[in-house]
Amino acid sequence: MKRFVYVNDDDSSHELYCDNRISNRKYTLLNFLPKNLWEQFSRFMNQYFLLIACLQLWPLITPVNPASTWGPLIFIFAVSATKEAWDDYNRYLSDKKANEKQVWVVRQGSKKLIQAQEIHVGNLVWLRENDEVPCDLVLLGTSEPQGVCYVETAALDGETDLKTRNIPPACMGIDSELLHKIKARYGYRGVMECPLPDKDIRRFDANVRLFPPFLDNDVCPLSIKNTILQSCYLRNTEWACGVAVYTGNETKMGMSRGVAEPKLTAVDAMIDKLTGAIFIFQIVVVIVLGIAGNIWKDTEARKHWYVLYPEEGPWYELLIIPLRFELLCSIMIPISIKVSLDLVKSLYAKFIDWDKQMIDVETGTSANATNTAISEDLGQVEYILTDKTGTLTENKMIFKRCCIAGTFFGNENGDAVKDVELLNAINTGSADAIRFVTVMAICNTVVPIKRNYYSASGTVLYKAQSQDEEALVRAAASLHMVFVNKNSNILEINFNGSLKQYEVLEYLEFTSDRKRMSVVVRDCDKGNIMLLSKGADETILPCASAGHQTKTFSDAVDQYAQMGLRTLCLGWREVNEAEYQDWSFMFKEANSTLVDREWRVAEVCQRLEHDLDILGVAAIEDRLQDGVPETIETLRKAGINFWMLTGDKQNTAIQIALSCNFVSPEPKGQLLLVNGKTEDEVCRNLERVLLTMRITKAEPKDVAFVIDGWALEIALKHYRKAFTELAILSRTAICCRVTPSQKAQLVELLKSCDYRTLAIGDGGNDVRMIQQADIGVGISGREGLQAARAADYSIGKFKFLKRLILVHGRYSYNRTAFLSQYSFYKSLLICFIQIFFSFVSGVSGTSLFNSVSLMAYNVFYTSVPVLVSVVDKDLSEKTVMQHPQILYYCQAGRLLNPTTFAGWFGRALFHAIVVFAITIHSYAFEKSGLEEVSMVALSGCVWLQAFVVTLETNSFTILQHVAIWGNLVVFYIINWIVSAVPQSGMYTIMHRLCRQPAYWNTMFLIVAAGMGPVLALKYFRYTYKSSKINILQQAERVGGPILSLGNIEPQPRSLLDSDLAPLSISHAKNARNSVFEPLLSDSPNALRRSFGPDFFHSHSPYSRNKDM
Amino acid sequence: MDQKNKTSKKPKNSKFSQQELPAWKPILTPGWVITSFITIGVLFIPTGLLALSASDNVVEIVDRYDEGCIPDSYSQKAESYIQNPNQNKTCVRTLRVPKKMVAPIFVYYQLEKFYQNHRRFVKSKSDKQLRDADAQDDTHNCFPEDYTADNKPIVPCGLIAWSLFNDTYKLSARGKAINIDKKGIAWKSDMEAKFGSNVYPKNFQKGTLIGGGKLDERIPLSEQEDLIVWMRTAALPTFRKLYGKINTDLESHETITAEVENNYNTYKFGGRKKLVLSTTTWIGGKNDFLGIAYISVGGLCLFIAINFILLYVFRPRRLGDPSYLSWNRQPIV
Repeated sequence: MKRFVYVNDDDSSHELYCDNRISNRKYTLLNFLPKNLWEQFSRFMNQYFLLIACLQLWPLITPVNPASTWGPLIFIFAVSATKEAWDDYNRYLSDKKANEKQVWVVRQGSKKLIQAQEIHVGNLVWLRENDEVPCDLVLLGTSEPQGVCYVETAALDGETDLKTRNIPPACMGIDSELLHKIKARYGYRGVMECPLPDKDIRRFDANVRLFPPFLDNDVCPLSIKNTILQSCYLRNTEWACGVAVYTGNETKMGMSRGVAEPKLTAVDAMIDKLTGAIFIFQIVVVIVLGIAGNIWKDTEARKHWYVLYPEEGPWYELLIIPLRFELLCSIMIPISIKVSLDLVKSLYAKFIDWDKQMIDVETGTSANATNTAISEDLGQVEYILTDKTGTLTENKMIFKRCCIAGTFFGNENGDAVKDVELLNAINTGSADAIRFVTVMAICNTVVPIKRNYYSASGTVLYKAQSQDEEALVRAAASLHMVFVNKNSNILEINFNGSLKQYEVLEYLEFTSDRKRMSVVVRDCDKGNIMLLSKGADETILPCASAGHQTKTFSDAVDQYAQMGLRTLCLGWREVNEAEYQDWSFMFKEANSTLVDREWRVAEVCQRLEHDLDILGVAAIEDRLQDGVPETIETLRKAGINFWMLTGDKQNTAIQIALSCNFVSPEPKGQLLLVNGKTEDEVCRNLERVLLTMRITKAEPKDVAFVIDGWALEIALKHYRKAFTELAILSRTAICCRVTPSQKAQLVELLKSCDYRTLAIGDGGNDVRMIQQADIGVGISGREGLQAARAADYSIGKFKFLKRLILVHGRYSYNRTAFLSQYSFYKSLLICFIQIFFSFVSGVSGTSLFNSVSLMAYNVFYTSVPVLVSVVDKDLSEKTVMQHPQILYYCQAGRLLNPTTFAGWFGRALFHAIVVFAITIHSYAFEKSGLEEVSMVALSGCVWLQAFVVTLETNSFTILQHVAIWGNLVVFYIINWIVSAVPQSGMYTIMHRLCRQPAYWNTMFLIVAAGMGPVLALKYFRYTYKSSKINILQQAERVGGPILSLGNIEPQPRSLLDSDLAPLSISHAKNARNSVFEPLLSDSPNALRRSFGPDFFHSHSPYSRNKDM
Repeated sequence: MDQKNKTSKKPKNSKFSQQELPAWKPILTPGWVITSFITIGVLFIPTGLLALSASDNVVEIVDRYDEGCIPDSYSQKAESYIQNPNQNKTCVRTLRVPKKMVAPIFVYYQLEKFYQNHRRFVKSKSDKQLRDADAQDDTHNCFPEDYTADNKPIVPCGLIAWSLFNDTYKLSARGKAINIDKKGIAWKSDMEAKFGSNVYPKNFQKGTLIGGGKLDERIPLSEQEDLIVWMRTAALPTFRKLYGKINTDLESHETITAEVENNYNTYKFGGRKKLVLSTTTWIGGKNDFLGIAYISVGGLCLFIAINFILLYVFRPRRLGDPSYLSWNRQPIV
């Protein structure tokens, strides 16, 4: 299937293709209510509550007032519907903003300003500099004579450099006036044949055919190079125009946007599972009691004449008793749990928003939890997938060191620009130094912005395709070689006050294959022609003139690479006029070929780039963000595995990985490379790496694998199983040159292995991975807010991740674990009492408690005290930070799983027995009035739960005291008041009870008998079978030296600080052949890891708790 | 828009929002736990003894009469005996006072295996009708005892009232009748607020099926104390309800003759009927449970405390010893 686009077609495609309206909305005004209700009712718990509520409308079987279920149910539904509506409204607003943006479009032969949403396929769209591209366009013309324009694709793929886009060769030379006049249907003046919309942002296989009056009547192929895609920005180009080929949600951006599925946390899933288990238990209880009830009715109840059972009942008679029990037991699944959880979850989110320690001081942005529902998952993260540029690094390139003609600069103070020797060398006119700086200043495609030249600040702003070039130009400027102006082909350099001019003759562009770029310039003063080159060491050094000693430079490159710096080699040579003229002719010819142009051009370039004089090596630092190595180290100690997914080059990725503790330095670490261009190669590599992994698995080695995008594509497609195994085996991975969708695929892969994943990124290219992961964290960084907007959490700096996970995630998990299990406990407690009561009430399904008590028990007495567990802290933040290993308890779900739940279940059963037995025995005979017994049992439950909360609370703030003891007081006040109402069933009951010593004796007895064994058991476990949490608690409260003892022997923090770090990562050269390369020569007796996958005894993170 | 959001989202700066509220963080230290167990034990055992002695001071006479009040000739067909309205059902029981009983002495009837808490039974009444003379038609919970055959509302309606207990007791000692005071046996609050002083029984026990006792239609419900007592349904199948009070002391070893009119049918379901005379103390009637439970819980606590002390002495364990943290141990390979 293809789509045919007629250039500047106003009307024909309107009905064929959608317009450019972007819609992320989920609902419309009309379908909101049904759709939302449908969605809510697709959840099991809600169906259950609805069923119960409906059954309660039948007075024959309801034990309590139906309002006690309907009220909370409607409330819950209203709350979540309102929330959904609000979210959808905000989506609508942001869509509207994008849709109503004004753009210039050719209509009826002239440019008109219309709203972005009115663009149709085939429209001719005009963009000016810095405009955002409203839809996917095929370029037809630009302001530049060469037919190029520059776009910033950061929002799309996260790459911040400017990219060149060309107009198709067939359209070369059409002037802008003529473009206006292209009109479809005048004999099809331009037809484009495009594939159906897809999400591949690297591929666009189309062709265009132009008819007279355009000269070219042949089919001309189009590639992605001829397109500018939605959400990119036009830069450094006055104007550009193109034909809309994909619009609205059919653009490449729109297709890859994907619908963000609502995320369910592991805790939620566990709660659902437990709910299911309770439900089954409940059904069993109901069936058993129902059968027992019917048997009792038939054998016994008819003898009890005062009950007056009719001889013949209705057809549904057999169902009545089971249904009554169903309603009686329906409180086993607490309806309040959803409300309580929603409430505390939004409070967790608020705590994140409020956290002062997560405010980025530089920008003043605070952390923000967009998704308020998944804080617990933060505490259960097992894998962190991180972007590199802008996430780990600041995305600010800075020239740091250089080696000029064998002399190292910047080694002393770490900053070559401030190195006095270098400044001296330049001032004294050292030829090498000056040439080096000149190359830095002019061998680039940087554009200085003129308007700032005379501004007060006096600094020149540079616009660069690559951040590296910008860094070099800036550094040159601080070394008194200021690139001040670019006037078409004349470059003006201000060197120590004197103005020098160079005429650029040719640009030999940078491509990822060539890995170098050169300029041919003519010195306007002297008239000589020079070739200035810069590029990666492996492409520049081989071009050195014969006999030129390059050893010092390659050593320098190695040394800098070990420090995690990006290196560029700079070289030059003089070209004589004749050579240039010959070459220039060939170059022009190559540039105008249609077939294999890039290859031809590269070949021609190579003919000039030889016999270079290597001037030196420049080292550029992409500075790591503050605290990144520490954060990664801490989180790795916490048992979290890190994967780095970057669109960047392998070398850079590995360098950064090393410098931020991503990969443990040798001897602990080992890097395994997986690459290859063909299936066979990849397969072989993969198998070899796997083998090595399996061997080293037993050793406490930190093995990481490195894979590039191409190999990844093949691996995911053909060797998914092997790759999955690799993913499971490896704690660390570096994936370079990966596309946004590959990032998402990797997340998907890890998720399919049942790991909790967290994706963190800052750019538009991370959006999919962020949405895909269990938790998406966006850094509100320099690449805009796109990632932050799509993410569940946005933070200002990577380092806040530590606090987000260890403090907020951990606390949230602990609190929810307690809260949810406690909710089940208290419901089970009261439900068990009801069940026991049914044994003494002729299995007839009588409710011991009245409606008011039941509702108040769920809504007030037991909900309020436990809600304050949102400020409970088992360990202080400091202790957690010092012992990140403690996170394991959250990761492995040690605090909320069937085992712990069984404990709570048992406790509920035990407490129910205690309450019921004590109540019916101490309130027997003449005191056995139903209302009194009911109130005594209820008081017993409320007392017990107060002590249960007390026992499970780790830190008592004023809030806890108020909530726990205040709640008990409120219980008496409420019941005192209700007891004063003559109409109520329990009129005067509470007044009578409070006057009886037997009542208070019963309460104390219940508390002592209920809590004694629980306390004893807890104390025993706490002291003699203590968990790590308990030990840390004890240590923390007792105080003492543990805090320092607990630290693991420090690892080298930042390699930048220690030039001595003995690493050799010359992977770039021998990467092709070697499958793995140790970071350092083999050292078998290396220090063993003091922690590792098995640091918690036998618990390997790879063998997940399967009974969860 | 974004700017606005940013300013409004500025973090609140309070101890609560920063989760830094000053907190008391107790842990379960041996001292603390052992002390509390000992305290509970020390407090509970004397309290239990006190409760036990109080219960012991209560003098209680219990006489089961349901079997004894059936003449031998009817022993196989007790039901037809009890259902025969023409039969004289008076029966004489002899009770012995074991210890001196000080007034007030409470007279109870005790029913066993009687499910006043059955779901059909417990709901079968109309609070509104009992309270309000105008609401005599409010009988929707009372089926099948809501309307008579000719469709007149029954007051009081429902199974509870219909099954009113109707055995009567007359006590005498040494030939002299002991007055049983039947005033003030119901809760005052019930008489004032739950049962209307202008609501009179109507169409009660007029149907084909006669349940229990009948009511004097000239006396308003608020004065029908037996009914009020009966309608405070019991939570357990074994229960006692107050029949009356004796305001004179009964001497030790006195023989009391109880003339029981055995009207109420418990034979159909094998329930028992007992006549109970009992004094009371601060803890209520005779009930050893609290005392025994207190002593056993107290004993258990002391036992636990002793065990913990022994554990503490013989297996001491330093609190918060960092060497227990597995990651502080170097794994041995």
